[in-house]
Amino acid sequence: MSARVPLLPAIAEDVAAGRRSAVEIARAALAAIREADGTPEAGLNAFLSAGGDAVEEAAAAVDETIRRGEASGPLAGVPVAVKDNLCTVAFPTTCGSRILEGYRSPFDATVVRRLRDAGAVIVGKTNLDEFAMGSSTENSAFGPTRNPHDRTRVPGGSSGGSAAAVAAGLVPAALGSDTGGSVRQPAAFCGIVGIKPTYGRVSRYGLVAFASSLDQVGTFGRTVYDATLLLQTIAGPDPLDSTAAATPVPDWLADLDAGADGLVVGVPREFFPPELDPRIARLCHDAAERLAAAGADVREVSLPHTEYAIPTYYVIAPAEASSNLARYDGVRYGLRAPGADSAVAVYEATRSLGFGAEVKRRIMLGTYALSAGYYDQYYGTAQRVRGLIARDFREVFATGVHVLLTPTTPSVAFRLGEKLEDPYQMYLADIFTVTANLAGVPALSLPIGTVDGLPVGGQLIADRWQEGVMVRAAAALERALAG
Amino acid sequence: MAVSREEVLRVAALARLRLEPAEVERFTAQLNSILDHIGALDRVQGAAPQSGEPVDWPAPQRDDSGVPDALAFPPAELAPAWEDGFFAVPRLPALDAAALEDAFEDKARVEDVSRSHPRREEGAGES
Amino acid sequence: MSTMQWEPVIGLEVHVQLATSTKLFCADSAEFGAAPNSHVCPVCLGLPGALPVVNRRAVELGVRAALGLNCTVHEVSRFARKNYFYPDLPKGYQITQFEQPIATGGWLEVEERDGSVHRVRIRRIHLEEDAGKSLHDRLPGRTAIDLNRAGVPLIEIVTEPDLRSPAGARAWLTQLKQVLEYLEVSDCDMEKGSLRVDANVSVRPAGSAEFGTKTEVKNMNSFSAVEKALAFEIARQTDLLERGGTVVHETLLWDAARGEARPMRSKEESHDYRYFTDPDLPALVVDRAEIERIRAALPELPAARARRFRDQYGLPAYDAGVLTATRELADYYEAVAARAGDAKAASNWVMTDVLGWLNQQQCALSELRVSPEGLADLIRMVAKGTISATMGRRVFMRMAETGRSAADIVQAEGLAQVSDEAQLEQWADEVLAAYPAELERYRSGEERLFGFFMGELMKKSRGRADPKRASAILRGKLAPR
Repeated sequence: MSARVPLLPAIAEDVAAGRRSAVEIARAALAAIREADGTPEAGLNAFLSAGGDAVEEAAAAVDETIRRGEASGPLAGVPVAVKDNLCTVAFPTTCGSRILEGYRSPFDATVVRRLRDAGAVIVGKTNLDEFAMGSSTENSAFGPTRNPHDRTRVPGGSSGGSAAAVAAGLVPAALGSDTGGSVRQPAAFCGIVGIKPTYGRVSRYGLVAFASSLDQVGTFGRTVYDATLLLQTIAGPDPLDSTAAATPVPDWLADLDAGADGLVVGVPREFFPPELDPRIARLCHDAAERLAAAGADVREVSLPHTEYAIPTYYVIAPAEASSNLARYDGVRYGLRAPGADSAVAVYEATRSLGFGAEVKRRIMLGTYALSAGYYDQYYGTAQRVRGLIARDFREVFATGVHVLLTPTTPSVAFRLGEKLEDPYQMYLADIFTVTANLAGVPALSLPIGTVDGLPVGGQLIADRWQEGVMVRAAAALERALAG
Repeated sequence: MAVSREEVLRVAALARLRLEPAEVERFTAQLNSILDHIGALDRVQGAAPQSGEPVDWPAPQRDDSGVPDALAFPPAELAPAWEDGFFAVPRLPALDAAALEDAFEDKARVEDVSRSHPRREEGAGES
Repeated sequence: MSTMQWEPVIGLEVHVQLATSTKLFCADSAEFGAAPNSHVCPVCLGLPGALPVVNRRAVELGVRAALGLNCTVHEVSRFARKNYFYPDLPKGYQITQFEQPIATGGWLEVEERDGSVHRVRIRRIHLEEDAGKSLHDRLPGRTAIDLNRAGVPLIEIVTEPDLRSPAGARAWLTQLKQVLEYLEVSDCDMEKGSLRVDANVSVRPAGSAEFGTKTEVKNMNSFSAVEKALAFEIARQTDLLERGGTVVHETLLWDAARGEARPMRSKEESHDYRYFTDPDLPALVVDRAEIERIRAALPELPAARARRFRDQYGLPAYDAGVLTATRELADYYEAVAARAGDAKAASNWVMTDVLGWLNQQQCALSELRVSPEGLADLIRMVAKGTISATMGRRVFMRMAETGRSAADIVQAEGLAQVSDEAQLEQWADEVLAAYPAELERYRSGEERLFGFFMGELMKKSRGRADPKRASAILRGKLAPR
């Protein structure tokens, strides 16, 4: 069960009051990281890079601000981990890929700038499935991350490193990215809170693109409050991202503890299929009952096109990815395969050497889906079905439902190597999470119990721009589960 | 909906991926399996009036002024190969260099000379 | 010899760089000629994580061009990705417009030499970003890439295959360039690459409604080259067909040095650009009110302005054409005509003296140191008789050299016309006294010596003698007694 007491405000207050120094906190985090992370073969392997002068300097700058009596920001001194597909000048940005091994971005992502402006100290970059393509972090070119609850199991993906880092207590909060469930699913597997905002709520400038119409930066925390505070800090309009809405960000923390009274909670029947572990189903229904006891009106609803979500996602996401990854060609940055004697060879050798199997598979799939003669059948059709999926959500929310409650994943964390045989089996791990990306609606996962001692996540989904009611429901459930 | 080996090779070439023979076999099988599952979409009837596109606002337009997002260090430091202020790649094979030597002045149209791809027929002429 | 008549069919694709300060999707400078890779940022370098944001002025200029070319401007258009690999294409795709361009269905007419008017339809105009430059001779054994130009805004103007001759294509392009200059959307400089032309050409039996197989011709760096390249290719295709061969659809590069178009040697890349709507850019919306605002602000276009010059100023067609060659010149002329109060005189002076000067000095109108007001004042001085017309021409040159006003120059150099009869009589007497032999010959019948005496009188007066009066006085003195 998640700790109910928020961690972030306590740290920021201590630092602002001078009771703790940001430098000490950062050093302690780095020491914990060094110990737990170990080697890619043996330890947690949550981080791809950590520490260094940049961390010392950033922490020292925060302490200096406090010493001078200036305003310190809502996250003053809070050590944060950032998924390695978010651009940072201070650390390499590898996206878990050989093709960007050692790549230094000459600019920071907007969300990274906002974290720094809030006084947070980024201590390192976390492991991920290569280019965010995967559901287990096993597709990283730099070894998998292990689940802190059971080192023989995956932490989920693609933001497995960030989830593991928070779950293991190495940092109290982290950023990830969510394209088909890559924040929520690892949050569920690792027993923490993960939030994917409405599409357009958070700037994607500096988030290395996988699937542009689905990607969003998401947040991890030990409590609903922490994950929400982090999201509040990074959200909002950005002139550098045409897909970031001008819609102002409300104060989500203000009503966080307003409780479940008056909330209408919908439970979509399509999210309880036969392949769902019945113990997970039981925990979800239990959660629904607790919300009802807390004053919510729980009812069954239907999202009829849910069964088409995975096929739809696995046309649109690879199609966009095949185009987004065309820039990795060895010409201007990143890996250039040695010995290539012609321009075409530079491209082919670099991309063949630099990309892993899953990335190649998705590039091929996407290229095929967009190619002449197949566009209408695949990409055109998938866009049409996406419209239907989005409409399902609109219609349900239009009946007065505030949030939907579903399981986050069909199973608990599976073992390392278990799902590598058949790619489509791995894709099915996202079965409950992809619809929210396709519809662009906000979604959150929080711990709702355990099965065989492993964490189980429950998912809450709200209408577009309704993060406020979503986190309010999540906080109420969190409180109810804490007993 | 079977994808042939030749098709896989064509797609790999389009994507500038060079596949080992074993990879070709594996990818052909895996792609076919995935596309099989995706075939379920053909059963879906109907269309929503709105597309599933999540962006329902028009493209923001910025003023024709200001400065771009700054680079923390110059492009030379990013480049795998850099010389004299340029990114360098092995010489493109598309040109008859000797014959077109006279045409090589430092002018904009030189890049047109090097293009080896005719444009798709959205332009002038019959279909 | 063949008895078959063949008709060429030509369509043009013209890429025009828009005259914005910054690039289409980022705020880097769009200026030409900077040190390589100095106008680059994450967006136009195609760095991981970078995203495009549209430049509103590029949209405005695109709409202006579309309206000036009689197109329908679409309030909603979309950007699409054209995916292909090339070292100077940083993202591995070009952001362009495909299924929903900003404008369609326009036209531009050109007057042929025989006076007939030929209308060429414009199929579409769309916005797109330019690629960088690949330089093949800069680094030995390698291709050098400069990304300054990557992301510069372009419009692509695509015509229907309505042109029927190389000369016609050239004339139409000249007209297009003139219209775009009037609209101030581009400097249309083929030398700098801000206007580039590709042509599609085929031939068919005269009178046939079917199209033959077309080829695409590229690398023409001037309108003259377009004309020559098209002539070459038409001759080649015609010859081929007459000998029973078939035209292969291919791309040819024009080699100006050798005067021939050769097929590109490389293996043809697949045409599969896998176009799809760019998910990083929402729909481009230009509302009706904005379009009408741009339309209302359109300048008078060259054809209309030339017509008005003929009607309003009574100028012949040729003169009207010359004076409206550029908007700057037309503006200059009208300012002169208005202040001088004599459209015909203004026309003569501008066409002869102004253009003559600019041509001789190889400079642009913007560098001329004679303002329209200044020229108009000079014209009025001549009309009033303050100086002679001949003197006026010399004064103009002094004005252009020094930037001083006509009045200043005339006064400072004492150039005012002398009409005083007494003075003229005196000079005439002096001249005739100085050349008794010639006077004798004149009186014997060599009347053409009159010109000699006039010349001497003008020299004696340092050009200031009023020619009409001087001539009359001289004639009087030479008249038989």
